[in-house]
Amino acid sequence: MEEFVRLRALAAPLMRDNIDTDVIIRIDRLVGGRPDEVGKYAFELLRYLPDGGENPDFVLNREPFRRAQILLAGANFGCGSSREPAVWALQQMGFRCVVAPSFGDIFFANCFQNGMLPVVMERRTVEAIAAEVEADAAHGFVTVDLQKQTIVSPSGKEFRFEIEPARREALLHGLDEIGMTMRREAEIAAFQSRDRNRRPWIYR
Amino acid sequence: MGRTLFDKIWDEHVVADLGNEVALMHVDLHLMHDLGGGPGFRMLAEKGYRVRNPELTFATADHAVSSAPGRTEDTNPVGGRLLRMLRAASAANGIRMFDLGSDGQGIVHVIGPEMGLSLPGMTIVCGDSHTCTHGGVGALAFGIGSTELVHVLATQTLVQRRPRRMRVTMDGAPAAGVTPKDMILHLIGLVGAAAGSGFAVEYAGAAIRALGVEGRLTICNLSIELGAKIGMVAPDDATFEYIAGRPMAPKGEMWERALAHWRNLNSDGDAEFEREVRFDSGALAPQVTWGTSPEHVIAIDGRVPDPDGAIDAGRRASMRAALEYMDLKPGARLEGLPIERVFIGSCTNSRLSDLRAAARVAKGAKVASRVRAWVVPGSTGVKRAAEAEGLDRIFRDAGFEWREPGCSLCVGANGEMVDPGKRCVSTSNRNFVGRQGPGARTHLASPVSAAAAALAGCLVDVRKLGVEPWKNS
Ligand code: SF4
Repeated sequence: MEEFVRLRALAAPLMRDNIDTDVIIRIDRLVGGRPDEVGKYAFELLRYLPDGGENPDFVLNREPFRRAQILLAGANFGCGSSREPAVWALQQMGFRCVVAPSFGDIFFANCFQNGMLPVVMERRTVEAIAAEVEADAAHGFVTVDLQKQTIVSPSGKEFRFEIEPARREALLHGLDEIGMTMRREAEIAAFQSRDRNRRPWIYR
Repeated sequence: MGRTLFDKIWDEHVVADLGNEVALMHVDLHLMHDLGGGPGFRMLAEKGYRVRNPELTFATADHAVSSAPGRTEDTNPVGGRLLRMLRAASAANGIRMFDLGSDGQGIVHVIGPEMGLSLPGMTIVCGDSHTCTHGGVGALAFGIGSTELVHVLATQTLVQRRPRRMRVTMDGAPAAGVTPKDMILHLIGLVGAAAGSGFAVEYAGAAIRALGVEGRLTICNLSIELGAKIGMVAPDDATFEYIAGRPMAPKGEMWERALAHWRNLNSDGDAEFEREVRFDSGALAPQVTWGTSPEHVIAIDGRVPDPDGAIDAGRRASMRAALEYMDLKPGARLEGLPIERVFIGSCTNSRLSDLRAAARVAKGAKVASRVRAWVVPGSTGVKRAAEAEGLDRIFRDAGFEWREPGCSLCVGANGEMVDPGKRCVSTSNRNFVGRQGPGARTHLASPVSAAAAALAGCLVDVRKLGVEPWKNS
């Protein structure tokens, strides 16, 4: 997994609540589609017009947001379906970090499995950073520092964020969770042999 | 201090405490479906792992299969490919699969409880966000992504952070025409679609206790629409009666042991919840969504709200976009709004009690000529049981299409969609933009409200039809 330590990049504001994973990537692009091609379908219904052309009104189609790597979003970002390609689609668009007041729980967990940093910040903080970015988009550079757990707005305002220590470690070092769990095989086997006596009906 | 139902089940499944409220948890049951199953096995192989406990994983076909009468696996060709991929990988890995046409095939969240696979006190996961449904039998169940799915196949465990606890107490007794679907939609409207984020929710109170297991499954199903990936109801005699005798349920002496264990699964009197919500279900009217988030919900006799009344900018933006997408104006009434489609089905409302309730409304009436209405039973088992008592006849005579079990019109992954700009009253769980097809406009409602809308050709207040109170079976 790719590490995430520190990122200074353009940020794009998508300040609408409840952007769900169906909106991020439509199911029919997953059925039979290729996982490495989901990026071009990200936000399909917002990003493209019915004739297939780009919708110039959609914020992520506008300069300089097309080049943004940090997404500023409304509450409950990534709610809905558990589809992990929602994370892949954002990554393939170039995003490495999403900052929002809250996230869908499953999307949030999926981010960490893919080296994407989801940052939870108070709504007014995200709105304040978004306002700065919108006021001067060309200079809308935001710095996300996972080591220090801070976000610095374009004007230099610093905000601290909280993150679960184990997830921070895993991102900082690009650790693979499955590999780490495999090393605990003895504990898993011990659990199951105890459990088989206690709850034999589970093992059928 | 007392422990919650959630804590009791969680604690029992900790393989290793990883500190800071993070644990390596044992997974008792893993369910797979056609959409994520094949790709999941491919990811497992690419990473070089093998299935650790094939006996704890079961598979079925639901998302990508056609629901057309007389369907074959290739009626939806892409679905056929996915199904064959899952079938081959399941066989190669020793995983039991409920294939098309067999008892046990159906929507993964319908067949788990129906087959007696999903049991109280279990940890259950599936690569699908509505896995919270299984909390209706008192399990700790949640949806996972594809990397976590591989983690489960390879290790039979997951690394999880202990969520906070929320209790939702529903008091009173709902009026006629108000169903479990209305109770949970009302809750989402009350607290918002992000309120459950980071929480495990326990549903309690007289109105929950009075429900049968199927109604509880409906309630738990929409936990994820509340933002909570886990929702559960403490098991009781109604649960045990429901499970007893099901094909995969424990039998004989094993049943007695399991039952003794399950009787301890409830929240202690002094257990503490980080958040408590309470309302009187007796005061509710039938609910229907107007927008593109399940929180965009009102009583059928209410009016569409004005975004300017919302405090947060993000919320206002979401409401404005929803009104535009749904072609509605603030202050509009939903009652009388013409519709073109009706979908009765999905893991929310496709069980026998749902179909019986809808059939009572449809009996002897006719679907409006402007409406195309579908009934899609949740499983082969539900379909057979419904046909045995003649529900299919009632629906067909009224002009509904009676279809084959699967996710169908809930998701648009199987070639079945609502046309752009058309309005669909749906008993499913998501009214998201494009969920039922690009440009499709979804109004979520209960099975009785959906059936009533099909007959009227518009959204209606089902109470005006003199409908009976909700029945548990
Ligand atoms: S019925 Fe709909 S919500 Fe339920 S599992 Fe199928 S696609 Fe998902």
